Amino acid sequence: MNDSIGPASCRGLSDTVPFQPAWITGSIRTHAGRIPVISTRLTRRDRLGAIRVCLGIGRMRYAVLPGLYAAGRPGPSSPVLVTANYKLTFDRLRVRLDGIDAWILVLDTQGINVWCAAGKGTFGTEELVRKIQDVGLDRVVGHRILVLPQLGAPGVAAHDVRRETGFRVEYGPVDAKDIPRYLADGCRVRPGMRRVRFPLKDRLALIPLELIQAFKFVPIFLIWVIALRFIRDHRISGEIIKDFIPYLTAFLGGSVLFQILLPWLPFRSFLLNGWLLGMAVIPAVSLAAGVERSFLPSLLLMLPPVTAYIAFNFTGATTYTSLSGVRKELARGLPALILSVVAGMVLQIVMIR
Amino acid sequence: MQMRYLKNVTTLALDISKCTGCGMCAEVCPHAVFRIEGRKAVIEDRDACMECGACARNCAPGALSVRAGVGCAAAVIAGKLRGTENPACGCSGTGCCENG
Ligand code: SF4
Ligand code: SF4
Repeated sequence: MNDSIGPASCRGLSDTVPFQPAWITGSIRTHAGRIPVISTRLTRRDRLGAIRVCLGIGRMRYAVLPGLYAAGRPGPSSPVLVTANYKLTFDRLRVRLDGIDAWILVLDTQGINVWCAAGKGTFGTEELVRKIQDVGLDRVVGHRILVLPQLGAPGVAAHDVRRETGFRVEYGPVDAKDIPRYLADGCRVRPGMRRVRFPLKDRLALIPLELIQAFKFVPIFLIWVIALRFIRDHRISGEIIKDFIPYLTAFLGGSVLFQILLPWLPFRSFLLNGWLLGMAVIPAVSLAAGVERSFLPSLLLMLPPVTAYIAFNFTGATTYTSLSGVRKELARGLPALILSVVAGMVLQIVMIR
Repeated sequence: MQMRYLKNVTTLALDISKCTGCGMCAEVCPHAVFRIEGRKAVIEDRDACMECGACARNCAPGALSVRAGVGCAAAVIAGKLRGTENPACGCSGTGCCENG
């Protein structure tokens, strides 16, 4: 991918013409050498890249070259903003810097966003210290303050960074959109800027990936439905479309409906909420689609647990679930769900024979 | 609307005798778990903790501890299947809307 090519890493066929991504618009001279200046506007190419990643197409490492960049015309007293080298994270920051003079220190997080990288430790103390030294930051700026995204804090020990480099870490707002406000306020975080939220907009954007991850159930369901119909009628007919509706509902319930309704579901447990959602929508949709009433008990043993399982996997994308909580749910809930599915399958087979 | 996960599960622990009241934990916590009162940290909203580990990492005197990890079912299940206790985050971390 050309997107992973940064200011000086890669050269074209001709050695004299270094390749530059379109978002680098020039360079600025400092005591630590020339620093590339970035555009604060997104191009069509940037936007297309974002959509591709959203839809899970390619899932390539979508990265920028780590190092120091300039936004506007920064000088020795301009703030230093630290970020990850995941292109979308970088883009989300630079579009907020229109009209702001700042340095951007991009850490090598292997093309992963700040939060995940902080959890893995790649957005971490060691990498930050290394980058500060690599780019010669102490020669670029006169002050000794770094602004880090708050979500980088799980990986960075501010006191260790200070001890090793002399730079003081300030944790800025969670959301890049608050950066201009924060800088204008003299690096003061307003109430609310420290909280992680999980609004509908974010949940909707995750649905394509949830669909892709849960899609593995669809072929399994199809084979099951076709096999049952064949045992029953000794031939395959259009009936399988109707037969498939409850299964499709279970799949979409866990990977679309659950994400939308999350704040309004009554329990804390993802498994319970997912199961309840399945229990509510699967019979309603099935009856409307003309599925025989007598099949409902077996379908309700089999399918809500699948909805619950798919929904449970959404814990990985949320912003508030804990490891201990996930473990507890798994230990308590999973055996019951498996039992229910098996019972439902047996009942289905018994009924058609 | 605030979403909340399971009660009484977090491994977060505060050793008040080591706390200097520096306020770092309150600053880095994304779920406002702490309050600083009388130059000491107070765990105010324990059940909001997602075990990200930010507070413990940034507590210079080492007053805080938490078993940090990702609350991700896929990672925990994969860890169980492979028999490793500490599941690695299996996510690519490139989801389009993930914060930061
Ligand atoms: S970071 Fe540690 S020392 Fe500072 S207030 Fe919190 S618990 Fe106390
Ligand atoms: S582990 Fe994370 S969520 Fe829990 S109290 Fe510490 S900073 Fe807050």
